[in-house]
Amino acid sequence: MLEARDLSISFGGLKAVEDVSLAVPRGAIVALIGPNGAGKTTLFNLVSGFVAADSGTVALEGRDITGLAPHEICRLGMTRTFQIVRPFGAQTVRENIAVGAHLRHRGRAAALALANEVAREVGLAGDLDKLALNLTIAGRKRLELARALATGPKLLLLDEVLAGLNPQEIAGMIPVVQTIRASGVTVLMIEHVMQAVMHLADEVYVLNNGRLIARGAPHAITDDPRVIEAYLGHGTAARLRKAVHA
Amino acid sequence: MRGLLGIGAFGVAVAMLPLFVTSGYALNAIVMTLYAAALGQAWNILGGFGGQFSFGHAVFFGSGAYAMAVLQVKLGWNAWAALPAALAAGGAVGALVGALSFRYGLRGSYFALVTLAFAEVFRILANTFEFTGAGVGMIVPLKETVADLQPASRAGYLWLILALVLSGLLVSWWLKRSRYGAWLQAVRDDEESAAALGVNAFRVKLAAIIVSGGLMAAGGAFYVQYLHYIDPHIAYGPAVSVEALLGPIIGGMGTVWGPLLGAGALHLLGEATRGLMGDAPGINLVIYGIVLILMVTFLPSGIVGLLRRRLANA
Repeated sequence: MLEARDLSISFGGLKAVEDVSLAVPRGAIVALIGPNGAGKTTLFNLVSGFVAADSGTVALEGRDITGLAPHEICRLGMTRTFQIVRPFGAQTVRENIAVGAHLRHRGRAAALALANEVAREVGLAGDLDKLALNLTIAGRKRLELARALATGPKLLLLDEVLAGLNPQEIAGMIPVVQTIRASGVTVLMIEHVMQAVMHLADEVYVLNNGRLIARGAPHAITDDPRVIEAYLGHGTAARLRKAVHA
Repeated sequence: MRGLLGIGAFGVAVAMLPLFVTSGYALNAIVMTLYAAALGQAWNILGGFGGQFSFGHAVFFGSGAYAMAVLQVKLGWNAWAALPAALAAGGAVGALVGALSFRYGLRGSYFALVTLAFAEVFRILANTFEFTGAGVGMIVPLKETVADLQPASRAGYLWLILALVLSGLLVSWWLKRSRYGAWLQAVRDDEESAAALGVNAFRVKLAAIIVSGGLMAAGGAFYVQYLHYIDPHIAYGPAVSVEALLGPIIGGMGTVWGPLLGAGALHLLGEATRGLMGDAPGINLVIYGIVLILMVTFLPSGIVGLLRRRLANA
């Protein structure tokens, strides 16, 4: 579905993303994890066309989309959400979602109808007439998801849709993401909430300091010493093993 | 549909005003209020619905006014033929300013400054060239026939400017319920978000500045027909740019009725201060400035926002 090859970008002297390749198979949920500052969101920006890569290519369904503008990539079927939610604050939830729906529906009535439908899917049906800026964080995360879904994507890039939610809200969101996949949408998600990653992902990529350090099934990844050290510091894996054996 | 009914009712009511109002002074005040509303509506499309605050809408106004005057006086066109050409001139200047500033991602105060600069450049050009009458300006001869787009009565001008205000209302109404309008307001609220949802922000903004420029130019064309004179300072000076943005900011940006309400409130206020303080030149501008500061500080959503809150609480 999505294939990124050898993506790199530096900001000044900082190599934010270095030679990263990843592949997302059709119908899968692939998670991208890594400590803060690892370059996950930058990688999303490269893939979705918001930032031009210094080198490397991106292909969507076998078609080269390197260098295309975000709105063109969205038209081709790949839509992203933002980690820091960016609702159209002055507009209602319904109007917000309708902006996404308009991508494939010219008529206002059709777009509004689709907005209602998508809102039900993500659990926003009760908030349709609220102004987006009056939503809770959890509501805004759902709105971010709803707008993206309304564009009718084949591939969704979710940037930390669970961050900032309490455990109850997270538990409420996990089935929403599962439903999205069940409806035939492929998902690539950045996520810190490991509970969700373990639940949802078929495959996990781990990014640290701009480089991919591991890739595999969720359970294999959490046992990988390189991953543990990326999160907890050099030598931790060995110390943990000793502690378990002692 | 209720919105359309409201616009229709407003049109009929104002069109019948000359039946009851016979004083030339009062009719002129109504015409000038509608004229300010029309300028405000033009600004509101780009500034209110699109969030691109122009401080130089005179560049479109003046281009429409000069196109109207030059085509009639120098080239002998009929006014009815010159009118669409004036609109096109405003739209073309809009395309030029928009293409240059949006291509390079100018936003906020940078965009405002660039529009102001464009208006100044055009003012200097108009001041220089012979075919615009240079610094002397141009007089459009008085003809007072409808065939020359110069109605013989004030009522005729009232109907003319009313037609322009009604088209402004219709465009705004359409923006509230169309895909293009949804895209424009999305770009205003968050350009990156809009792009992520497949909106071509550059094209959306470019279209907005072309329509806004065309309507503003229509205001300029009306000015020339009504007052028969144009010079570089009137056409491209900052006064028109300010007049265009005052109404929507005070009435309510990005709303259908905001520019009209704002223009109405300002003109009533202007008349009242003239009554109270006499004809001290420029006193109305001082009052406008104070009102603008108060509105932006305490009522950023304008008169329409205030009315909405009242209705919601009632």
